[in-house]
Amino acid sequence: MKSVRLQLAILVLICLVVPTWAGDVPTAVRNCGWCHGMLGQGIGVAPRLAGQRREYTLRQLVDLGEHLRDNPQSRQYMWGPAGNLDPLLARDLANYLAALPFEPAADGRPHLAEIGRVIYLEGIPDANIVSCAACHGPNAEGVGDIPRLGGLGYGYLRRRLEQWGEGYHVAAKPPMPRIAGKLSPNDIEALASYLSFVK
Amino acid sequence: MKAIINLLLALPTVALAVVFSVGVKAVDADMAAGSRGYLQAKIEYCEDCHGSSGQGYVGFLTMPRLAGQTTTYLESQLRAFAEGRRDRDLFLNMAKIHGMSPTMRTALAAHFREAHPRPFGGAPRHLAAAGRRIFDDGVPEANIPACAACHGPEAQGQGPNPRLAGQLYPYLMSRLSRFPSESRRAGADVDPTATMARVAHNLTRSQMAAVAAYVSQLK
Repeated sequence: MKSVRLQLAILVLICLVVPTWAGDVPTAVRNCGWCHGMLGQGIGVAPRLAGQRREYTLRQLVDLGEHLRDNPQSRQYMWGPAGNLDPLLARDLANYLAALPFEPAADGRPHLAEIGRVIYLEGIPDANIVSCAACHGPNAEGVGDIPRLGGLGYGYLRRRLEQWGEGYHVAAKPPMPRIAGKLSPNDIEALASYLSFVK
Repeated sequence: MKAIINLLLALPTVALAVVFSVGVKAVDADMAAGSRGYLQAKIEYCEDCHGSSGQGYVGFLTMPRLAGQTTTYLESQLRAFAEGRRDRDLFLNMAKIHGMSPTMRTALAAHFREAHPRPFGGAPRHLAAAGRRIFDDGVPEANIPACAACHGPEAQGQGPNPRLAGQLYPYLMSRLSRFPSESRRAGADVDPTATMARVAHNLTRSQMAAVAAYVSQLK
């Protein structure tokens, strides 16, 4: 009797340790696709993942799993899935997404795009705001683990920039929280508009 | 009556005072009231691209190390940017990004002179030994002088000759590769690109890489 109880106890303990989900990439794509779209094109607040730099996607999955990226939508929708993800699958997923084709969201305010373009390239030196292009590239393509911004949705870009100013995701690769914190609401609208049109 | 005349006489003085105060503000607004906070904000602006404590940073572009740089060199390069004599062909408006008053240039140069973050790193280490030989002794048979002669035995820099110690490897490679093709631009400062163009022209690419790898890991 006692040994059965002991075995049962051990079995329960093993089951309590939550296993990381190590499914295959197609299954992962189906799961992620519910919110991010089956082609990774993004839906609503869920950003486009298609064509994003793989080192960046991987870094975000890590930051989400470790709760470093803590803005409200991340917390509500992504902490769980990212926390469950097997590291090797995360890497494969990031590679897969990086290779997907994409179209720009083009949903920003057209009349602000030119203003946003100037801010993107030159920054606003008088307000001590640096040029985005120096790190993110002349066509917002990104490099290494610095993300591609070109063609991401206006709403997503806007919230991301606002949230750094609101104090979220302070662990983001410096100096994004500090830079974004200096942007005015008008600057953010212009930047997000411009970037949504960039191919 | 007298009061009106006095008032009329006072007006030009008042006007002049306003004009001068605006003029002073325009010329030296940087160091006006609240100067410490203003300088700090500008330092952070530099560090947003050039890295914490001016260590350097690799984004799409490579932003060089500013920390420990000689004040002469840093100020002269800021002026070169502002006057369009350097990096005109980049996709960024370098003149606008680096535009600031001479007073601010001096203050920033003095600040970064005293910063001592560790080297950024990332260079191929196996080249450093060969690089050291070139740095210390030059390559006499190729007419290449010892870098140490102008840049100092520890690559700390001297006056207009910049500090190389801890400078970023990709940045050094880019500069060395481009010196020969950069046309000389007249300027009030001593223009080192003429000298460096001759030196760099004689360096092979692997010699450049070796020297760059060596100095980039010096503290």
